[in-house]
Amino acid sequence: MAIYGTALLALCTLIGVALGEALGMALHVKANVGGVGIAMMLLIAARLWLARTGRLTPGLKLGVEFWALMYIPIVVAMAAQQNVLAALEGGPMAVLTGVVVVAICFGLVAVLSRATGAHHD
Amino acid sequence: MIEIAHKVIADQSLVLAFAAVGALMWISAMLSRLLFAGRIHASAIAIMAALALAWYGGIITGGKKGLADVPAFAGLLLMGGAMLRDFAIVATAFEVDPIEARKAGLLGAFALLLGTVVPFAVGAGIAWSFGYRDAVSLATLGAGAVTYIVGPVTGAALGASSPVMALSIATGVLKAVLVMATTPMAARFMGLNNPRSAMIFGGLAGTVSGVAGGLAATDEKLVPYGALTATFHTGLGCLLAPSVLFLILKAIV
Repeated sequence: MAIYGTALLALCTLIGVALGEALGMALHVKANVGGVGIAMMLLIAARLWLARTGRLTPGLKLGVEFWALMYIPIVVAMAAQQNVLAALEGGPMAVLTGVVVVAICFGLVAVLSRATGAHHD
Repeated sequence: MIEIAHKVIADQSLVLAFAAVGALMWISAMLSRLLFAGRIHASAIAIMAALALAWYGGIITGGKKGLADVPAFAGLLLMGGAMLRDFAIVATAFEVDPIEARKAGLLGAFALLLGTVVPFAVGAGIAWSFGYRDAVSLATLGAGAVTYIVGPVTGAALGASSPVMALSIATGVLKAVLVMATTPMAARFMGLNNPRSAMIFGGLAGTVSGVAGGLAATDEKLVPYGALTATFHTGLGCLLAPSVLFLILKAIV
C-alpha cells in the first residue's frame, strides 16, 4: 500500500523535525538544528530494516518515491516565490557580498573535493 | 465565465500550482532539447525561469513573495513552502547509499564549519569597507552572508537596526538565488559529480533552498547528499554567529 510509504516518510519527517527543534532549544538557538538531516537518517535506517526483514513492498516504495520525484517541481515552485526583486534591490553591498561569498565558497568546494580525492574524472 | 475563473482560482490554488509548474517544466524540457541540444538541464532552465517570474511577480504586485503574490499563483506558496520542500527532501534519502554518506561525514562537518565562518568573515569585511563600524551591524551583515535566516536571527538577538536587518536578509536571499542559478555552470569546476563532493558542497554553499535548487539543476542523484549537510547550515549559523563569531568580531573592532 502506497500510503504506508508516505506515512513512513511523514513519521520520519515529524520525528526528525521535532528532534531538530529540541536540539535548537537545548542549544538556545532560534532555529531547527538539522531536523531534515535527522529525518533523512531515520528514513535510511527504516529502509535498511524494511529490506532486511522483507517488508519493502513495491507499493510502499512507490509511496516514498513519488515524493522524491516531486522534489524538483517543488523546488521550481519554491524558486517562483523568492523575493528576487528585493535581493537585486539590496544595493551594491548586498550584491557584492553575495557574489564574493558564492565565488569563494565554490572555490573552496573545488579545493576540498579534489584534495580529498572525492573528485572523479 | 469570469466568475467561474475566480471561483476556480480561489478554491483550487494548489491544483493550479501543480498545473502551472508542470507547464513550466514542459516548456523548459522543450527549450533544453531544441535550443540547447540537452546541454543545459531542463530543471536548470525551469529554476531560472521561475526566478525570472518571481522577479516579474515582485514588479507587478509590489509584494514579497514573487509570483505567488499574483492571486492565480497563490498555490505556489503551499507547493513550494518549507513543509512540502522538507518532506520531499527527506524522501530523496530513500536512495542514499549509507556507506557513501558515512565516508563523507567528517569532511561534511568540516565543510559546514568553513561554510559558516568564511561567509561571516567576508560579509563583515565587505560591510566594514562600506563604512559600518559597530560590531552589532557588522555581525548582522556577516550573518546574512551565511543564510537569510541566520541574518535576522542574529540581528534580533544582538539588537541591530531595521535597515541593517533588511540588508542582511537581502544578502542572504541573493546568495541563495545565486547558488540556485550558478551551480550547474560551476559544477565541473567544483568537481560536483559524486556523493562526497555533493556533501562538501552542501556544507559550504549553505542555504537548503540554494543547495536544493542548485543540485536539482545539476544532477538529481546528488540532491540527498547535499541536503544531508546543508540542513545543519542554518542551525550552526544561528548557534555561532550571535555568540562566538560576534565576540571575536567585537574583540577585533
